[in-house]
Amino acid sequence: MISVLVMLGYLGLLIALGVWSGRAFRGTAADYFVASQSIGAFILLMSVFGTTMTAFALVGSTSEAFRSGIGVYGMMASWSGLIHAAVFFLVGIKLWSFGKRYGYVTQCQYFRDRFESDLIGLLLFPILVALVIPYLLTGLLGAGSVVNAITSGAFPEVFASTRGGVPPWLTSLVICGVVLFYIFFGGLRGAAWANTFQTLVFMIIGLITFLVIADRLGGVPAASAAVAERRPELLDRGQEIHPLHFFTYGFVPLSVGMFPHLFQHWLTARSAKTFRLTVIAHPIFIMIVWAPCVLLGVWASSALMPDGSPVVPPDARANSELGMMIGKLTNPALSGFLGAGVLAAIMSSLDSQFVCLGTMFTNDVVTHYFGERRFTDRQRVLLARGFIVAIVILTYGLSLAEPRRVFSLGVWCFSGFASLFPLVFASIYWRRVTKAGAIASIVVAAAVWFFLFARAGFGAEGEPLVLGLMPVTFIFGAAAAALVIVSLLTRPPAAATVEKYLPLS
Amino acid sequence: MRKVIYLAAALLAALHQDFWFWDDRRLLFGFLPIGLAYHMAYSVAAGALWALAVVFAWPTHVEDFAAGPEDGRS
Repeated sequence: MISVLVMLGYLGLLIALGVWSGRAFRGTAADYFVASQSIGAFILLMSVFGTTMTAFALVGSTSEAFRSGIGVYGMMASWSGLIHAAVFFLVGIKLWSFGKRYGYVTQCQYFRDRFESDLIGLLLFPILVALVIPYLLTGLLGAGSVVNAITSGAFPEVFASTRGGVPPWLTSLVICGVVLFYIFFGGLRGAAWANTFQTLVFMIIGLITFLVIADRLGGVPAASAAVAERRPELLDRGQEIHPLHFFTYGFVPLSVGMFPHLFQHWLTARSAKTFRLTVIAHPIFIMIVWAPCVLLGVWASSALMPDGSPVVPPDARANSELGMMIGKLTNPALSGFLGAGVLAAIMSSLDSQFVCLGTMFTNDVVTHYFGERRFTDRQRVLLARGFIVAIVILTYGLSLAEPRRVFSLGVWCFSGFASLFPLVFASIYWRRVTKAGAIASIVVAAAVWFFLFARAGFGAEGEPLVLGLMPVTFIFGAAAAALVIVSLLTRPPAAATVEKYLPLS
Repeated sequence: MRKVIYLAAALLAALHQDFWFWDDRRLLFGFLPIGLAYHMAYSVAAGALWALAVVFAWPTHVEDFAAGPEDGRS
């Protein structure tokens, strides 16, 4: 009960922050969509980092480490540190400059102009929306699992079917409501402010969680020694992870180059220099969040309660491991704070994703096809909010279906975005890329991704390797090949268009 | 300098495949699996590499480009 009250108190704080950020809202669409390009270095770092760290990083990494050991850090976290920062440096700054100069708010606007093709926007919009939905799902599933595990036994009569814990459907409903509330008030500025606050909360509380659980397990050396004794195979990569599997995970972090919500955050930057702190600190921040989560997941495999029963049973439901450790090893008040920290990480991604979907719908569909002058700024903001609500209802409905492992769902979603990376990279650095090449790349990426995702039971069977390699290797390779081959076989783009984006001088 | 940074990034990418610690279960400082410790150090190295990139290979022309005349969207 106390843990629930603490989490509700945290959600109340977020609502208050939403009202406060709403007072800074200038009432214009530009302010709602890209915070009038006024965000400084620290807020950009925190909002970009908070947006990229979601249930996947906290709940998913712990769950995956519980099953396959420490290798999960190298596969995702250290690759991400190198590659995310590279993408911010090589792609993010360039896209920011295009957005600043030509007034873009969404990726579709940019690609339509860059390739002088309306069809590209028509193709990309549904693909990007469809890929964001599983990303949203990872957040809702992760939040539901963690809160259920933390509150297990607190309400034995009210929630008898979920062992007395708050049912996942209720947690998802509440956090959707809270996030919708504060982004309705403040748009992307509200999301950026809330992200900064929530990123600080989950980083600080995450470290406290780590130290408290380590203490309850008899100290850090004792917790690791228990693993060395009972599950030593989790302390190396041995047979658990094949080197090719490990290597080809490196394609997955390229997804940040095509996340629509990250594109929008980049555009909020006040200047190019604003990116510097993000580029440098991002890899370190990833380490601060991921390393404790991976260690907690490995420890969970071997930790015992005083009565000798496992803290986390081997057949524990996926995504529930972190919540079970918090719920069983800490007191209710601390559980509430730790639960709030996990919710903070999850909501700091949901908010940006919600805003970006509304922005895309308003700019890429409504004003693009019906004309900008037909709607006032107020009407555009209202349309964005309406689309956000529709997507939230759809995602919430999907979250009630059979749950998937957050990690697998996340990897599939990231694989889809990563396969669109050749498109954005070529659009910035290759003068010879053509409209036909870009369209071919998008179509091939979507087709191969869908084929492999369906083959894996739409995430139910994890991410089965193909010839020992991650599926993204084939999707990325096919998309890149289509882009290059079709571009070389078709007429080069107009010199004026190329000069507009890739000036020689 | 930019080429040196890109070369260092490629080298760091190659060092990601740490087959030398693949089957090593030693615990560094009595608690930290050595494979995990290596990749944590790798994250710090990535931060250092991009700090060098920001200092020595920052694309200064991007700011000028962004401030250029608005050609308008088509």
